[in-house]
Amino acid sequence: MIRFESVTKRYADGTVAVDGLDLEVPGGGITVLVGPSGCGKTTSLRMINRMVEPSSGRILIHDRDVADRPPAQLRRSIGYVIQHAGLFPHRTVLANVMTVPRLLGWDRGRARAAAMESLEKVGLTADQARRYPTQLSGGQQQRVGVARALASGPEVVLMDEPFSAVDPIVRAELQDEVRRLQRELGITVVLVTHDIDEALSLGDMVAVMRQGGHLAQFAHPAELLAEPADDFVATFVGRDRGYRALGFVDVAVTPSPVLTARLGESVPAGTGWVLAVDEVGAPIGWADATGWGGPLTDSRLHRLGTLAPAGASARTLLDAVLSSPSRRGVVVEDGRVVGTVGADEVLRALGTLR
Amino acid sequence: MIDSVGWGTLGELALRHLYLAGVPLVVGLLISLPLGWLARHVRWLGPPLVAGTGLMYTIPSLALFILLPLVLGTRILDDANVLVAMTIYTVALLTRTVADGFASVPSHVSQAATAMGYGELRRVVAVDLPLAVPVVAAGLRVAAVSNVSIVSIAALVGVSQLGSLFTDGFNRNAMGPIVVGVGACVALALLLDAAIALLARAVTPWLRRGVPA
Amino acid sequence: MIVSVWEWLVDPASWSGPGGILAQSLAHLRYSFIALLVAALVAVPVGLWVGHTGRGRWLAVNIAGAFRAIPSLGVLFVAVLLLLPRLRGELAFELPALIVLVLLAVPPILSGTYAGVQATDPAARDAARGMGMTGAQVLRQVEVPGAMPLIMSGLRAAMLQIIGTATIAAVVGMGGLGRFLIDGQASRDYAQMAGGALVVAALALAVDQALALVQRALVSPGLSTASAR
Repeated sequence: MIRFESVTKRYADGTVAVDGLDLEVPGGGITVLVGPSGCGKTTSLRMINRMVEPSSGRILIHDRDVADRPPAQLRRSIGYVIQHAGLFPHRTVLANVMTVPRLLGWDRGRARAAAMESLEKVGLTADQARRYPTQLSGGQQQRVGVARALASGPEVVLMDEPFSAVDPIVRAELQDEVRRLQRELGITVVLVTHDIDEALSLGDMVAVMRQGGHLAQFAHPAELLAEPADDFVATFVGRDRGYRALGFVDVAVTPSPVLTARLGESVPAGTGWVLAVDEVGAPIGWADATGWGGPLTDSRLHRLGTLAPAGASARTLLDAVLSSPSRRGVVVEDGRVVGTVGADEVLRALGTLR
Repeated sequence: MIDSVGWGTLGELALRHLYLAGVPLVVGLLISLPLGWLARHVRWLGPPLVAGTGLMYTIPSLALFILLPLVLGTRILDDANVLVAMTIYTVALLTRTVADGFASVPSHVSQAATAMGYGELRRVVAVDLPLAVPVVAAGLRVAAVSNVSIVSIAALVGVSQLGSLFTDGFNRNAMGPIVVGVGACVALALLLDAAIALLARAVTPWLRRGVPA
Repeated sequence: MIVSVWEWLVDPASWSGPGGILAQSLAHLRYSFIALLVAALVAVPVGLWVGHTGRGRWLAVNIAGAFRAIPSLGVLFVAVLLLLPRLRGELAFELPALIVLVLLAVPPILSGTYAGVQATDPAARDAARGMGMTGAQVLRQVEVPGAMPLIMSGLRAAMLQIIGTATIAAVVGMGGLGRFLIDGQASRDYAQMAGGALVVAALALAVDQALALVQRALVSPGLSTASAR
């Protein structure tokens, strides 16, 4: 849908930022450009909305050369999110989000309605809409940046290191949010990051670029991990790529039933590990009833490991096993315990693949 | 045109001008350094100190030149009046600048110095002050140029310096000395400005780019 | 001394009449504001242009510096000697004084304006362009509002200097509060001089406070609540 045709960007001082890039970004998904600094990923992104003009080659959106459209008009049709959000400090959150609709000439009422709707989509309230950007946290500011890019309903949204400046917990939230919004709206997102984990977890397709503006590999994340095109990509995706590739592997493991008990219920000694659940069947902790028996109390409980949703990848299942005190990974569906799996079962299932 | 004044007289007046503008610059800086530091580090003292010293700038220079003898008990033609007045203006301009300069020192650098065991005073002198030089020097340049201009007004009360050429020329309806005086004033101001800029550059070698150590 | 200054200040005769404090304050204010307006009309557009394009920065810095170096008294005399034979009436004195005050006011306004534009968050500017604002829209909607605090402090600094320096206009026979200084010196009436100086300082402060109110009205609350959560 967005096609780079032998695009090169050479600066006046002779440095080549992007060198003969050929790339076809599919419509309706998240395509990530990833690579070390100086690999030309940001330059490539900024050439899509003509913030940077290519020295040669062309970029087409829906088979239409972007160079044929006036830059300002082109940019108004494409969402744009940047690292520090770039909010206008002198305008309220609402006025910030109304920017592009107003630039497009929408009347105030329509622009306001679109902005409110967009803010709601990213989880901000009407009360927050009235505030100024400096009165929000960094993560909230970045949400406003996303809302601002979506307000006029663009088909394509460009994101340049959108989550690099926020802490890891907020970053994970924002990543989930962007993935959800992309699926919900069916938009085409092109995202630049230097973080390979972000690229692998967020991208439907990942373009790995290397210094000098060369495309090293363009592939699905699972393929990048399983079959890196060369040493550069192999090194860049990281040392434990085999283990991380399990994140994209589905294994057929049927969870075995597990002995569960509510708090207060009596557990006979010698039962072994018992999974404590609440009244709806959600897990709350493990208790070891090997050398002990009696009514189950809070103080007897060990912390749960990570939980694997039904149908989770091999990596999630293994992590549930390894983090569990009983060495049995808890599988849940809609928050309720379905059963448990063991490491041997997962490994056996892995062994039968291929 | 210089002939309308004569090189000898011009040099003499320029030297006196430099003395009347330059000495208060140094004294004013020495007074502003502790004041600016106080304004930055004693929370409740900051705003009144900066506003209070800034207030002195609103007193018209002509009034200060005439009234200081009454306050100081000096004679009207005494250089001390001009020196004190110019010191007041320098402090008025520089206290805020010095406070801004200390504020421009990255807090992680100050904290690292404290963590390594610098005492307060030693840290201010060895770490904070050098790092504040660029901001302080910028303010000092403005003060220097402004001082040179204001000193010339002292000619109205009869203290001789380059401004005397203005009153002299005006009284005789002669353009020559005035133009020479203006030119000399501008030249002196720019010279002082350049000297401070060079000095600041010399004491901050770490700010020079592309020069191997 | 202090008593006689006080007596001069509270004497109704000092305040009333064509040469009184009120009339001279008004005259003083009138040409101070005219000078500020003219200087702003020159310096603000130039400052915006330099800040927006990034071109001519070196020139702007040095012109501002050179203007500061010009001695007001000398320029006043030059302008009077040049213009007096060529102009008639009040204008022959008012124009030279205005020239001096405008020259004085240009540097702080110019540097405040371009520094303000340059201080605009680069990310906000990049986002503005990326969303499809034209150069003029970026200037008007992002850079000017962002620069407003520094533009206003430039205007306030300029006005403080104008009001103080406008006193020397009395040397060439103009009205304004400088009259009390010059006439007081001539007649050795120190009470009148000190009183006049106090009135000038008070006027400068009052105008500064008025401009501070204008600043509060013009600057977006979003720019001043930086630390308020």
